Amino acid sequence: MSRSEWEMVIGLEVHTELRTATKLFCGCANHFGDEPNTNVCPVCLGLPGSLPVLNRTAVEYAIRIGTALHCTVQPSLFHRKNYFYPDMPKDYQISQYDVPINADGWLALPDGRRVGIERAHIEEDTGKSTHVGESGRIHGADHSLVDYNRAGVPLVEIVGRPDLRSGDDARIYVDELRAILVATGASDGKMEEGSLRVDANVSVRPRGAADLGTRCEIKNMNSLRSLGRAIEYEATRQITLLEEGGTVSQETRHWDEGTGRTSTMRSKEDAYDYRYFPEPDLVPIVPSEEWIRAVADALPPMPGDRRSAVAAAAKLAPDADPVVTVVRLDLDSLLHAAVAAGADGGLAVKRLANEVASSLERAAVLDPVAFATVVQMESRSALTPAQARTVLKDLLEGGGDPAAIAKAHGFEAMASDALADAVDQVIAENPGEWERFAGGEDKVQGFLIGKIKAATGGNADLKEASALLRGRRS
Amino acid sequence: MTANPAADIAGAIRRGEKTASGVLEEHLARVQAREPEIHAFNLVLEENARDTAAQIDAAVARGVDPGPLAGVPIALKDNLCTRGVPTTCSSRMLAGWRPPYDATVVARVTAAGAVAIGKTNLDEFAMGSSTENSAFGPTRNPLDPSRVPGGSSGGSAAAVAAGFAPLALGSDTGGSIRQPAALCGVVGTKPTYGVVSRYGLVAFASSLDQIGPFARSVGDAALLFDVIAGHDPADSTSLAGAPPVASAALEHGVDGLRVGLVTELVGAEGLSGEVVAGTRAAAEALASAGAKVEEVSVPATVYGLSAYYLIAPAEASSNLSRYDGVRYGHRATGAADITDMYIASRSEGFGPEVKRRIMLGTYALSAGYYDAYYGQAQKVRTLIIRDFEVAYQSFDVLLSPTAPGTAFPLGAKTADPLLMYLNDVCTIPSNLAGHPAMSVPWGAGADGLPLGVQVLAPALGETVMFQVAATLERLAPAAGRKVES
Repeated sequence: MSRSEWEMVIGLEVHTELRTATKLFCGCANHFGDEPNTNVCPVCLGLPGSLPVLNRTAVEYAIRIGTALHCTVQPSLFHRKNYFYPDMPKDYQISQYDVPINADGWLALPDGRRVGIERAHIEEDTGKSTHVGESGRIHGADHSLVDYNRAGVPLVEIVGRPDLRSGDDARIYVDELRAILVATGASDGKMEEGSLRVDANVSVRPRGAADLGTRCEIKNMNSLRSLGRAIEYEATRQITLLEEGGTVSQETRHWDEGTGRTSTMRSKEDAYDYRYFPEPDLVPIVPSEEWIRAVADALPPMPGDRRSAVAAAAKLAPDADPVVTVVRLDLDSLLHAAVAAGADGGLAVKRLANEVASSLERAAVLDPVAFATVVQMESRSALTPAQARTVLKDLLEGGGDPAAIAKAHGFEAMASDALADAVDQVIAENPGEWERFAGGEDKVQGFLIGKIKAATGGNADLKEASALLRGRRS
Repeated sequence: MTANPAADIAGAIRRGEKTASGVLEEHLARVQAREPEIHAFNLVLEENARDTAAQIDAAVARGVDPGPLAGVPIALKDNLCTRGVPTTCSSRMLAGWRPPYDATVVARVTAAGAVAIGKTNLDEFAMGSSTENSAFGPTRNPLDPSRVPGGSSGGSAAAVAAGFAPLALGSDTGGSIRQPAALCGVVGTKPTYGVVSRYGLVAFASSLDQIGPFARSVGDAALLFDVIAGHDPADSTSLAGAPPVASAALEHGVDGLRVGLVTELVGAEGLSGEVVAGTRAAAEALASAGAKVEEVSVPATVYGLSAYYLIAPAEASSNLSRYDGVRYGHRATGAADITDMYIASRSEGFGPEVKRRIMLGTYALSAGYYDAYYGQAQKVRTLIIRDFEVAYQSFDVLLSPTAPGTAFPLGAKTADPLLMYLNDVCTIPSNLAGHPAMSVPWGAGADGLPLGVQVLAPALGETVMFQVAATLERLAPAAGRKVES
């Protein structure tokens, strides 16, 4: 079978840290990058006799995420997930199991396809281990260091359904999910700091088959790029194995960024029995209907809604590049302000996705009305596109009045009759070329336009100039 | 011997008639005389206690009221965290560990003026019914040192019985306050689940554990209960709202109260004849004092012991996972890797009963067995709650034996864990239901050792429970042996 006869089936589990001020079950600071073991207390160190007390803000953030992912927000329970690891102070993780706070939602990719969300539940993070030695893993380490600052940091785990079909799909999904998480204010979505972590369940099946193939779980992808690479590698590995008559074993595999390969981490036989049972130290979470509604009402528009609004204003598709760029870079409020001030949406999106996007750090100081003025001047040909770009650049650098900037550059507003005068003047001064052009020889147009440009000091709208020239030959 | 020694001491100290230091020295003298024989304590806090007593005397001298427990020595079960003071749970695993914080109950009794005199011995991690499972040796019954004091809070019961302290705190997961109270001839109370904060109690089985008072009288037990009860934001299972007041109705008698004698508990497996007779006599005494007494069936209680020995070990297997040698407590030396280190540390650090329960609990929670064991046990728990609810529609309190017999000789039941587990057959249902229950001394067996009777009440029914207990105390036949104090 050729590669195209196989279908990849991918489901992602995404862990996101919540940006609460304090940890999930105690008052310690939830802060990345501090001196190791400084944000710790008896509760997050799991000292004997200590007890967890749930952080209300973490629950609110989880509800925000669930709402943004169109989940049912429901009364839920905490469970204990039992296994031994040195960075887990109690040797169990307080998580949610069969009754998560958020269930059955979906996420729309920019092209409109929906990816199912099975659940988005709350759990505590573990500490962070550093294994010193050649292996880089706990077995074979000379010694290991554990930082418990991260232990007890609130996480939401978002379990997606196996609706993705390629490494690109997976990257687009995580990119969109990250944008949603950031939009809710619940997460900063920093994959490189580990505040967003992705595990991928990958299987393959002959295209058209109804049953799912045996899946492998891939861990340790630290960027969107490695996520895509790891999935493509893993799918190829499985296809090769199956085509050679082998079978895929269900297991957890480790992605190695350096070698670009996955390798066995834990086979199914070695899988932990987590011995889940309801956490007796906590009571059920039962958010009131009023609270859930208030949280939902306070949510800002999500990236998908914003892209739709930009697309409508610009008369483009929601997944058109400039639309995606404008929303990704948070430039859509400038767009809507400019449109409200009378600017053309399509042209405004173009300028935002190009000139404004390329000096993004200055976009914050760009006055929407001034921006709208530049776009309008360009729309009515008071400025040529090149002139508009120049004025916009100056605006971004130092602010000011667009008309004054244009004037300072000598971009005198070229009224249509002034341009018409210039055209007539060029015709009068170049009778031979004019005769040939008027006789139908189009290639002479360039010469005449060049003369018009020179005669107007570059201020002419050349499109309009050629329209005038053509108008005069009939 | 006064009726309420703790209340009397606090009163005398608050009035300036006695000093906390003087009271403490009297108690330390008794400790010095008998502790080597009894071994009630893992640690006697002489120095700390003297400092605290001096501070209380200074406060009184300044005209400041130290509180309702002013200068009263109190013994603390060694599974209650005490800031900077070793807290061992009578386990090698935690030998030498000093918590950086006080349990909420410790903070409350200290704030009420009590003087912590020592940390008392227990069955390791509170798992046992005789205090023989301590890594530091057994506690002996002050009334007969050849006998056990009961357990797991045997050290606390013995400390009160021996006059080492008029008050003690214990913890009760399946009877660990009430059974030793019965065997030592003192009063022991397990409050409603959630009425006393568990913060700082080293967990055995979180959904069952509850801290409660030991005292020589019902009035003193009520005094201590009223100090430690009440909401604590550090314990999520702590109940909101004002707690019941134990001392509210101690003098009210039982006229018109409806008392049910629980058929299944009076008829439980392994009870001695004199225990059953004593409980019936207590019921008759309440009837003659004006209570309406009848037998009542609470059918699901017969499954209590089986359900308990799935739920408690299951929770314990998880609660005790943290003792892994990584962060604190015992760590084995010479292990080749992390897995070996875990195994060696836990093999060396835990005693046989703790290991037995960790294995039971791990099995009960395993994939494929959860529904048959843990799930089924939780259903039994629901049935027990429901059956108690039915009974409490017709009765204000229920009555049963506390323990199957009087204190038994050391070693008598150590060879047979199931026989040992039967000690708690009458006390376990209240833990499973989350209800309050207490043991009150009621006469003596043929061996001259004390018997106890158990008063059970519905959730938050402490006021009426103490009311009935106080009446039983007044009506009780003369006890057999007593330690003079």
